[in-house]
Amino acid sequence: MPDSLPMQNNLVKNSKWKRWLKLLLRSKTGTVGLLIVLTIVFVAIFAPWLAPYEHSVIDPLNTHKPPFWMEGGDMANVLGTDNLGRDILSRIIYGSQVSLLVGISSVVLAGVIGVLVGLFAGYFGGFLDAFFMRLADSFLAIPNILLALVMLGVFGPGLMTLILVLGVTNWVQYARIIRGEVLSIKERDFVRAAKTIGVKNRNIIFSHLYPNVISSFIVVATLSVASTIILESSLSFLGLGIQPPQVSWGTILSDGRDYLATSWWLATFPGLAITIAVLGIIFLGDWLRDVMDPRSVK
Amino acid sequence: MSQLLEVKGLKKSFDVTRGLIKRKKQYLHAVNDVSFSVQKGEVLGIVGESGCGKSTLGNLIIQLLEPTEGEIIFDGVDLRKLPPEQLRKKREDIQMVFQDPFSSLNPRKRVFDIIAEPLKTHGSYNKVELEHEVLQLMDVVGLNRSYLNRYPHEFSGGQRQRIGIARAIALKPKLIICDEPVSALDVSIQSQILNLLKKLQKELQLTYIFIAHGLPAVKHVSDRIAVMYLGKIVELTTKENLFTNPMHPYTEGLLSAIPIPDPTARKDERRLLEGDIPNPVNPPTGCAFHTRCPYKTELCERVEPEFTEKRDGHFTACHHPLKEGKGIISQHEKY
Repeated sequence: MPDSLPMQNNLVKNSKWKRWLKLLLRSKTGTVGLLIVLTIVFVAIFAPWLAPYEHSVIDPLNTHKPPFWMEGGDMANVLGTDNLGRDILSRIIYGSQVSLLVGISSVVLAGVIGVLVGLFAGYFGGFLDAFFMRLADSFLAIPNILLALVMLGVFGPGLMTLILVLGVTNWVQYARIIRGEVLSIKERDFVRAAKTIGVKNRNIIFSHLYPNVISSFIVVATLSVASTIILESSLSFLGLGIQPPQVSWGTILSDGRDYLATSWWLATFPGLAITIAVLGIIFLGDWLRDVMDPRSVK
Repeated sequence: MSQLLEVKGLKKSFDVTRGLIKRKKQYLHAVNDVSFSVQKGEVLGIVGESGCGKSTLGNLIIQLLEPTEGEIIFDGVDLRKLPPEQLRKKREDIQMVFQDPFSSLNPRKRVFDIIAEPLKTHGSYNKVELEHEVLQLMDVVGLNRSYLNRYPHEFSGGQRQRIGIARAIALKPKLIICDEPVSALDVSIQSQILNLLKKLQKELQLTYIFIAHGLPAVKHVSDRIAVMYLGKIVELTTKENLFTNPMHPYTEGLLSAIPIPDPTARKDERRLLEGDIPNPVNPPTGCAFHTRCPYKTELCERVEPEFTEKRDGHFTACHHPLKEGKGIISQHEKY
């Protein structure tokens, strides 16, 4: 080969972030998603300063007050009060802390376990694969909520255990999806090419397989943030989730369930908060999946 | 010329047993007792119909598949006896160009990352050197330098194959296995890629094993050609010999199938092959080719012919090798 060429530098670009930002601003749903998520994160972090009241202050003289635009409502409690006279807006603002923390960190935990198991089981196959997939099957055979109940019963309720339990019970769906993808991708020629080059297995898994399977994970993960927020509320409702006076969207929702016929605002607003948060995360995930695929870039 | 690769008695069978109750073990002998050698700087073409085991043979040599039996002696070492870590290091010397350029490049990686991967794996380069090396490789295979940051989907099949070739030559390997490198490409691009491979072989003194399913593609680049049928090599000789004096009736059939554009140059008789390749799970007795052979005798149905040197440097496995001059090119003609 001719060796007379001068050494050149910095033709290889490393500005992934720049590209992402450019794509984000071009995508409407992506921008909306990011705005929603950032807003909720902001609200969660600055809850003590944003909330008009303490979330657990009871006011027996001021119960079941409707939102401000209805008769009997006023701007003192914008979204009304609940059966104990607590300000709903403040509760939702404080509740975002737990809901977001539980929803996202348990999905991340489940995702890390599931993706790793899926990658290794799918790539190496054999005993490793058989072992983990049978383990996954046995997890699937037990209803998630039951498993979570047992584990929470054993370890005792609390925020950290809740996150751990939700993470550990949900890894199966990711592991199965990722394994399936890996099984098909590892037979593609570029993986075989990497083998003939002598790339180490670890590098094949993380630099060839991982980037090609992660978009499937993102799709499933964003959807399951929603179900995790709901699952957290069911567990809290059963007394095994977070403990009062801690508050989450799920607990507000289940508190309000008894009064749906008379005071609809008790359950509606936390439900709306969950819906908006989930939508934001799904939009963001959708956009993330798109930008990770080089084919979507013009 | 010294010997680079020697394959001895190579076999690969796949277990195709089906059913739980009637469990009679069945094997597909994809590669069945194949032996040959490749000299340094030589291009050995391997041709045969689909399913004859030629790609399996390539995958066995490059150790993507584990042989059932046999030796693969590369550069003096039996690759099968190497411990995994040493084999991984040895892979530096054998590279492969794949058939389908659309699946052989990772869609999530840039051209730079794809070509740099072998260099990163086996060498220690800093960023500047790596970029320099990759750019040189791109020059060598005829890729524009500005494509460095592009992704595979932005390229045509021919350009993708160039990327694949750049990746294969990056480590300056001693042997490159080209597994039907042009059969997935447009006809107009095929010759460009063939010329590129030929040019690289000369300039970098490379050794190729060139797998193809038709003779025209291998004719252009090969020094010697091996013809495979049902997992076995049935004829092996120099390109000149094969085209002028084929000895195996199967080779004759393959040669007759090559279209000749000039009508006056066509010979009167064409021996086109009839029928299909038999099921390799149940190969015919005796000579595997006897079901389709126009010259078969009772001997062929019974006894399997041995693969021996019939003339100087001309090996074939046939009881009744053809007389000289049965090729499509007469001895004095140039091709």
